[in-house]
Amino acid sequence: MKEIYLDNNATTKVDEAVFEEMKPYFCELYGNPSSMHYFGGQVQSKTTEARKRVADLLGASPDEIIFTACGTESDNTAIRSALEVLPDRRHIITSRVEHPAVLTQCRNLAAKGYRVTEIGVDGAGRLNMDEYRQAVDDDTVIVSFMWANNETGVIFPVEEAAAIAKKNGALFHTDAVQAVGKIPINMAVSKIDMLSLSGHKLHAPKGIGALYLRKGTPYRPLMVGGHQEKSRRAGTENAAAIIALGKACQLAGDFMETENTTVKAKCNYLEKELLAAIPHARINGGGADRLPNTTSIAFEFVEGEAILLLLSELGICASSGSACTSGSLEPSHVLRAMGVPFTCAHGSIRFSLSRYTTDAEIATVIKELPPIIARLRQMSPFGREFLK
Amino acid sequence: MWDYTSKVKDHFLNPRNVGDIPDADAVGEVGSLACGDALKLYLKLDDSKEKIVDAKFQTFGCASAIASSSALTEMVKGKTLDEALAVSNQDIAEFLGGLPEEKMHCSVMGQEALEVAIFKFRGLEVPDHDAEHDHGHAYPDYEGTLVCKCFGITDTFLKKVIADNHLTTSEQVTNFTKAGGACGSCIPKIKELIAEVLGQAKEAATKPKLSNLKKMQLVQEVLERDIRPMLRADGGDLELIDIDGDHVQIAFRKACAGCASSGNTARFVEMKLRELVYEGLHVQEVSA
Repeated sequence: MKEIYLDNNATTKVDEAVFEEMKPYFCELYGNPSSMHYFGGQVQSKTTEARKRVADLLGASPDEIIFTACGTESDNTAIRSALEVLPDRRHIITSRVEHPAVLTQCRNLAAKGYRVTEIGVDGAGRLNMDEYRQAVDDDTVIVSFMWANNETGVIFPVEEAAAIAKKNGALFHTDAVQAVGKIPINMAVSKIDMLSLSGHKLHAPKGIGALYLRKGTPYRPLMVGGHQEKSRRAGTENAAAIIALGKACQLAGDFMETENTTVKAKCNYLEKELLAAIPHARINGGGADRLPNTTSIAFEFVEGEAILLLLSELGICASSGSACTSGSLEPSHVLRAMGVPFTCAHGSIRFSLSRYTTDAEIATVIKELPPIIARLRQMSPFGREFLK
Repeated sequence: MWDYTSKVKDHFLNPRNVGDIPDADAVGEVGSLACGDALKLYLKLDDSKEKIVDAKFQTFGCASAIASSSALTEMVKGKTLDEALAVSNQDIAEFLGGLPEEKMHCSVMGQEALEVAIFKFRGLEVPDHDAEHDHGHAYPDYEGTLVCKCFGITDTFLKKVIADNHLTTSEQVTNFTKAGGACGSCIPKIKELIAEVLGQAKEAATKPKLSNLKKMQLVQEVLERDIRPMLRADGGDLELIDIDGDHVQIAFRKACAGCASSGNTARFVEMKLRELVYEGLHVQEVSA
């Protein structure tokens, strides 16, 4: 059974061209890019090219790119750095729907005495900008808002938010892990100070990320003990993965239009057909500006894990905002923050597409999902009562 | 991905006895839509009204909730009511070849529905319950004081599950009952209930009292093994100053000394020592 992979916000397939690009740097060209000899130097020229490719996708300059091990490291580095360079400020602003890489850190910092404000969202997942404008003050050290939400795909107005932060002398960071490669980003005309991205969300392998650091932004490294990345991130470079990330970013740029036309059309079609075929379903974040590849649909009266496992039996990979899949008992903090009722949040399924998604795959989901929902509702003590 | 046994998968993918029995003799209903899982169990009895001849279920929930319900109906068919009442949640889990601990609450839900159905059939008074909380009682037939408001779970029910399954931590109680799994505000109360049940169990087993020497050894061990490495990871440390009866005196060092949240840290140390050494310990922070 060939899998139908619609869980690209969780991770993506490594593009074959990306894999080809990184392959020589394991067994053949394994030199250390920092070495003086030519053998290592040829690796360095390749990582330099990769840095340029990443920068090009972001509209940045190469020395604004710091390679890290993952999006989470980039997020941690950005926030920790801000606290060190602005030590007199004690107020951190973030949103209630951030990825745990940001949210958990902020909550840990709250326990250490920082004042943390988590800005809420409306029913469609849109950031409450009024609440944010009220919260930001001259004690604010950093504002960290995600560019796009991993569960719903809802896009935040990060440029506008960054301008407000700058006016108050605060640093602005965005977790753009889900946005990079899916929507155009141009740091050349931006007020954002720091931006996190992750390789494995855009067809590079796992274990590579980057932090964009605007030229002139005060900074303190999280990892020390080496001159790598101009002493901004110590540790021997993961050369093969860096080279892979460069290639993946180049391809993401090439496919940007496809992402926002073809992929978007497939996603919209999937959404439209499922809503038409399945009663008592709603889009989480419908009505908001969203990523072209993401749809999160709530099916009432059924539970997400059961849906996912029945889909999985057919080789269809998706994910869920349901509590039962994660081991926690509360449905996703994102759906809760949006005020999605418990009854819907438990039955929410996220499909996230990629440029590899085919029309045939979408057609299969449209054919297979409605009977699965009907079957589970038939089994449910609520389904029949409510659906009459 | 949950590591479900092939039996759980089988009962999830091919659930037995789904549906209702219009002329059922006994019906038991537990859970709610808000809770994320719910089960309605129907039992049909023979003419003597003693033996279960048919059982059907309707379940809203995850794979293990559906599998537990299916297993339950298979297990009780052919049993007398008394035999059925003896089926425990562990029996349901065992029938399925085991459940991940986080999913044990699914087996509890099955056992619960069975008990409610039989109690009701036997005309045992089903007590009224107040509905001032958000989501309704998950186990309405266990009267008592509401502990977990998110999932509507009472102290009576929690104590039963803690005792039946020999639970010792609040995480286990959450895995078995869901209580404490959402907002978490009732976790201190759950810990009290565990202590209460364990206390009873301890008395029953007449556990020997810790000698002073043993107590001091254990305190030192826990500090070295469980607490100091954590503090050091954050750049802090502590020193054991003295143990006087049940009073443990500690002084914070490095980053912990003068840290605004050292009060919280001291409470954490006390909690750990109480959990791992002895309930009656008190931790005092001294500036030695």
